[in-house]
Amino acid sequence: MLELVIFWITALIGLGSALGVIFARNTVHSALFLVLHLLAQAALYVLLEAHFIAAVQVVVYAGAIMVLFLFVIMMLSLERGEAAGDRVPGQRVWAFGLGLTFLTLLGFSLAQAPIRGQGEGLTPERIVALGGNTEALGRLLFTQYLFAFEVVSVLLLVAMVGAVVLAKRRL
Amino acid sequence: MFDTVWLLLLTPLGGSLIIGTLGHRLGRRGIALLACGVVGLAFTLAAVGTLELLKLAAEERSLESTLYSWIALGDFRVSASLLWDPLSSTMSLVVTGVGFLIHLYSVGYMAEDPGFRRYFAYLNLFIFSMLLLVLADNFLLLYVGWELVGLCSYLLIGFWYQRREAALAGMKAFVVNRIGDFGFALGVLTIFLTFGTLRYAEVFAAAPQLLAMGSATATAIALLLFVGAIGKSAQLPLYVWLPDAMEGPTPVSALIHAATMVTAGVYLVARTHVLFELAPLAAATVALIGVLTALYAASIATVQDDIKRVLAYSTISQLGYMFLAMGIGAYAAGLFHLVTHAFFKALMFLGVGSVMHALANELNIQRMGGLARRLPITSLTFAAGWLSIAGLPPFSGFFSKDEILAAAFSSGHMLLWAMGMATAALTAFYMSRHFFLVFLARPRTSRDARRVEHAHESPALMTGPLIALAVLATLGGWLGSSLESYLEPVFEVAERTSSITLTSGPSELALITWPLAAAVAGIGLAWLAYLRGAIDPVRWARRLGPIYGLLKNKYYVDELYDALLVRPVVGLAELLAGVLDQGIIDGAVNGIGLVLQLGGAALRQVQSGYVRLYAFTFFLGVVGILVYLIVR
Amino acid sequence: MVPTGSYLLLSAAFFTIGLLGVLVRRNAIVIFMSIEIMLNAANLAFIALSHQLGSLRGQVFVFFVLAVAAAEVAVGLAIMVAIFRQRGSVDVDEIHLLKG
Repeated sequence: MLELVIFWITALIGLGSALGVIFARNTVHSALFLVLHLLAQAALYVLLEAHFIAAVQVVVYAGAIMVLFLFVIMMLSLERGEAAGDRVPGQRVWAFGLGLTFLTLLGFSLAQAPIRGQGEGLTPERIVALGGNTEALGRLLFTQYLFAFEVVSVLLLVAMVGAVVLAKRRL
Repeated sequence: MFDTVWLLLLTPLGGSLIIGTLGHRLGRRGIALLACGVVGLAFTLAAVGTLELLKLAAEERSLESTLYSWIALGDFRVSASLLWDPLSSTMSLVVTGVGFLIHLYSVGYMAEDPGFRRYFAYLNLFIFSMLLLVLADNFLLLYVGWELVGLCSYLLIGFWYQRREAALAGMKAFVVNRIGDFGFALGVLTIFLTFGTLRYAEVFAAAPQLLAMGSATATAIALLLFVGAIGKSAQLPLYVWLPDAMEGPTPVSALIHAATMVTAGVYLVARTHVLFELAPLAAATVALIGVLTALYAASIATVQDDIKRVLAYSTISQLGYMFLAMGIGAYAAGLFHLVTHAFFKALMFLGVGSVMHALANELNIQRMGGLARRLPITSLTFAAGWLSIAGLPPFSGFFSKDEILAAAFSSGHMLLWAMGMATAALTAFYMSRHFFLVFLARPRTSRDARRVEHAHESPALMTGPLIALAVLATLGGWLGSSLESYLEPVFEVAERTSSITLTSGPSELALITWPLAAAVAGIGLAWLAYLRGAIDPVRWARRLGPIYGLLKNKYYVDELYDALLVRPVVGLAELLAGVLDQGIIDGAVNGIGLVLQLGGAALRQVQSGYVRLYAFTFFLGVVGILVYLIVR
Repeated sequence: MVPTGSYLLLSAAFFTIGLLGVLVRRNAIVIFMSIEIMLNAANLAFIALSHQLGSLRGQVFVFFVLAVAAAEVAVGLAIMVAIFRQRGSVDVDEIHLLKG
């Protein structure tokens, strides 16, 4: 019961903050709404027994990445909203109509499709049996997904070099 | 050596390719060295090959060298193979020997020309093509060489393509040659249909069995081949391109339009003499056209004032002599005249080039005179050519022309002989007129005299070849008997007329006297008219008004062709171009273009450049797929 | 006990909101943030299904998505800085020509 209450509260916060992101006039407000949204997501992860991911979400996403966002916004003075006038007339109306259709269709298909499994596959007991969430995840990462893990490290390096090349005025 | 005949082809081809592609790196000196070097090498190879051939017994002097199988299509087999026999070796020697001297001369003559590299690339390509033509051992390869020399001729006539006349002359030569080539191609096809092969040896071996004497097929083949020869060798009625070909550089006129390429038709008839022997009607046609052309061109040459065109008509006329010899079966005599003509005509053209060099490209002989003093070497060497073509002993032209006339006489066709004799007199007259007006007569006006005073002799690079050719033109006559015995195995089938039959007619002395008398008469008349002043040419021209006008305007043949052939064809072409090409074909193309343009203009609206719109379209697609998945 | 379907529906809603942000907003930074919302919606679906199926693999994928998102943000923001220097604006409607 408590779980349900928490879910609804975080879900509402998540929805609200997501809408805040896209509707806030001030870009800094958008970014702060995004932080809130990410934190709500982290709470949902905790509800789903994904403690490690929740922690990473808070530290990396809500922390590091959002700092980067804010940093760029401040540096380029992008706080102010968009200029009036739309060059693509009707985009707003059409987008909302289509979005609603999309959501309806997704909901419809979710309602129709049976979900496999027993609903509670990953109980706390099972996680303990696996040796704890972090340990179990670590074991998977460094055995079965080792190669992908290493490739991701290369990807991050390349992204770093790319970012430096792009952002620096003169090399 | 015989296996290396292909080297003879490779050297000029290689020279042409190197000059054509890398010439700009070589510099003028390098180009000149390379171009002359390869032709000189080819001449050496040809000479060595001829010596080797001489070591063999007369009957064995026919060697083939197959390079590779070119086409093998069922029963149709053509190999790229070469034939080395007395005929092809003689032609090769003339082509490379005269060609070498003209290459040397060209280095001096073209020294200032911006198209130096292009010129020598073409010239080497021409030598290659001509050698391919004479060395081929089947009709298809011969045809390739035949077309290639036509191409080179076109390229070199139109060498100064910035000049409208030169470009038009090149086109004229090409188109007129095409008419002849069409007949030639039909002849080759008929040969293939009749014999099932295109190799000389097989065709000639099978001809007597397959073709009856004088049969329609034999006549058709011989006549069709002769049509090709008419086009290439500028005989009636397809001679019109040769006078215009004088728009090209003068050494080109010497090499291609006097000494070598135009003799390809003569070579063709000599090579296929077996077929002509089987078709007396065709042979008679050859003789008749030859002698008619000789007389006709000589008559035009008597009144022309363009220093090069006189020589062009004289070339046509001399080629007519060669065809006369071919037609009456005096093949060796015809080829002898071919060789001597190559010497003295190349000599005279180069001499003319030297005169033009000295007088800043003046072409009108009426505005020259007294050049002998200013250009001693040119005039002396030119005199050798003049006396040779006029037919005075001991110059080479006398011997070869005499052979042909004697053969005509002994063949019994008095009309041919008489016309040949008249041509000899006319030739002596117009060549003497040419020589006197240019070199000996006093300049007609003081302005011309001043210009002549400023003329000076050409450099050694140009006078050297002149001297060499003058020696050949003077002494070439003594080659006659040995050349004829050398060529004898090739023509052994042809014994219709030979020198032995001379004994039946008047004595040899009498036969020599007649042409000599004709020559002396021609020269004497020219002397009286142009040097002595005893006869006033202008008054006589007025007195003979209509005839003079006819000759001056070259019998109005160009105008006739223009009205009868050129204009209707051009009109039809314009009609087709206007209605069919511009209206329908261009209309279709433009229509398609218009449709695409309009479609593009409509579709361009979508490509607005607004990323959000693209994302929206993308999203629309996603929704579409989703709908599809659910509905399915 | 919350049914997995609720999580998935919530994920779909997050995703749609992110999508709307991309379509409606013109400020490149906000569009970027909307993309982050979409990525996170996918993450939520991964985690929910991981929970449902009793497998940690879903979480491993989320881990990788996080890493890729970090890389993407770094490069994307660098591009945005470069564009801003060039044009003095990050309005995507201003950037509708391929020439610089």
